[in-house]
Amino acid sequence: MPMEVLPGPAGYIPTPAAFEGVELPPPGKALLYGKIVDEGTAMREAAKAMLTRRNPTIFPGPLVLWGWNAGAMEKAKAVLELAMEIPNCRIIPMPDYRPKYPKIDPEAEINPNHPNLTILHNKIEACIFVGVHCHYANLSLRMIRAGTNCFTIALCAEMGHEDAMVSLRDQHAEEIRRFKDVLVQVREELGIKWEPKLPPENPSLPKEEYQTLSVLDYGEYSYLLIPRRGEQVTESE
Amino acid sequence: MPEQRVVDADYLLLEAPRERKFITGAQAMAEAVKRANVDIAIAYPITPQSEVMHLVGDIWAQGYLKDYYRAEEEYGAMSAIAGAVRGGARAFSATSGPGLLRGLEAIASWPGHRIPAVLGVLTRVVNAPLSIQPDNVEIAYLLHSGVVVLHAENQQDVFDFTLASFVISEKVDVYIPIAVCTEGFFVTHAKGYVNMTPEDMKLPPRDPYKAPVPPTDCEIPPARIQRDAPVQKSNFMSYLIHAVWQQEVWSSNIRAMKYIYKYLGGPIEVVNPEAEVFVVASGCAAAQGREAVRYAQLEGLNVGLVKVKSIRPFPEKEIRQALSRAKAVIVPEHNIVGWLAKEVKAAIPNSDIVVGGPRVYGGMTLPVELIMEKIYNALGIKKEKKVVV
Repeated sequence: MPMEVLPGPAGYIPTPAAFEGVELPPPGKALLYGKIVDEGTAMREAAKAMLTRRNPTIFPGPLVLWGWNAGAMEKAKAVLELAMEIPNCRIIPMPDYRPKYPKIDPEAEINPNHPNLTILHNKIEACIFVGVHCHYANLSLRMIRAGTNCFTIALCAEMGHEDAMVSLRDQHAEEIRRFKDVLVQVREELGIKWEPKLPPENPSLPKEEYQTLSVLDYGEYSYLLIPRRGEQVTESE
Repeated sequence: MPEQRVVDADYLLLEAPRERKFITGAQAMAEAVKRANVDIAIAYPITPQSEVMHLVGDIWAQGYLKDYYRAEEEYGAMSAIAGAVRGGARAFSATSGPGLLRGLEAIASWPGHRIPAVLGVLTRVVNAPLSIQPDNVEIAYLLHSGVVVLHAENQQDVFDFTLASFVISEKVDVYIPIAVCTEGFFVTHAKGYVNMTPEDMKLPPRDPYKAPVPPTDCEIPPARIQRDAPVQKSNFMSYLIHAVWQQEVWSSNIRAMKYIYKYLGGPIEVVNPEAEVFVVASGCAAAQGREAVRYAQLEGLNVGLVKVKSIRPFPEKEIRQALSRAKAVIVPEHNIVGWLAKEVKAAIPNSDIVVGGPRVYGGMTLPVELIMEKIYNALGIKKEKKVVV
């Protein structure tokens, strides 16, 4: 009998759901609390969590943030459309996987090595992971289940995640928009009044001033942009 | 070389017509590599325990692979694989015995870095004393590295396991390396019939963008030699990230099981499931176990075989079920430590029925008579030992 994947805190060191017999869903199906169910059922439960639990937040990862192909850009738009339909939803990005030492700002971004800090700091009780590479999503989801009571939802472009309370697979722009439609329907059923609007600006992100951008802003990677003393760059690929 | 066309992986592995050839295990592995659309083979030419990498060198010369790299030593070879695979290539290597152990530190880092590579392990003894004879004690060292470990019984298994491993290891929910092990000499140097997929068909190329981690092209900034900064700060959070990272490696290992069912027909094979005494074996010992079952049937004894194809993930549930009615379980092995017997004992509730042996090592063969002795003991049959003068 596979384990039930419920919101935490699961405790000091979480047991991965995969160890306990939870298997990823086949195409067209989804995971709800570790059980394989119809996609629609999982979407409704995910929508309900995002609509009723405290501080719903979307954590977009590099696969939607980096705009590396047309599909990613369309998916990013769909994510924003979804966020607009969730009352008081916030977006906290996961732009890079490198740990930020000595300190991360949990308001500005979610660090996969410290995801529970972001969750606890912002008192987030429902969240969506989207566009996060599967490996990092799995690490984060498990840490969140270990130390917080957050209801986690994974909108995965691949096969899904056992450690999320709701895991939807093969999620691209079209499927995310379908989830948005389900969410709007559930919202109306619950009698929650909401006019679609953009999430608030992330207050901790520094304002980007491209006019005054300097090589030094690239920090440890600045050496990649400026030639070494005496080096003459005559051609590049 | 014949023009190769790319075909769907499921078609190649499950439906494509097969041609029967009489070849060695080493040839079977190279033939699988030929059909796997491998980008690069990386090798260190240790005292040859098998000619696999020599044969792969031949097929590179024929144009089946884009590159062939001879590393400075085994650690370098296994590190080069990590670099090539991170850069998006499909990579293959083969090694054995001391060579495997020398590269083991790098190999053990592959799963954590989510490196989908295929490694042939053509087993030989671990020195000292110096020897190049077959013995599979080195598999014991691989078992806790996170790598998926398959153990081939014969030339056919070597071909099937190797070709399927390229497909399984690159599944996005697995994405860790697979070691295809088989006994050096006994399988690698001996010929057997192998049903092979057509030479003019190959797997689709690797798609490095379909990965659970970001692909790294190793050139464009931000250049990162290591994908992730070392997780070694002295605080609870860093320990936890390392813990869940390790869990992810083993979760990936577990997820490989469904593909082992799909492409290899499951992690075990059971012969005579109603038997009261079972021989549980992997690799070459399974071939001898199969022979012992045939001997036993000729003598009217109710003996069965559980051949274990996948050592990692270990098919605990399947073995527990297969042995649920067994009165005795005999585990013949080609090593002194008895790693398979320990695994089987840990998997079943009544571990006292497990007989850890017969074991042979140092390159000795495993006569069927040794297994039969254990079967007679288990069934309470007394046989006289004769000295033939």
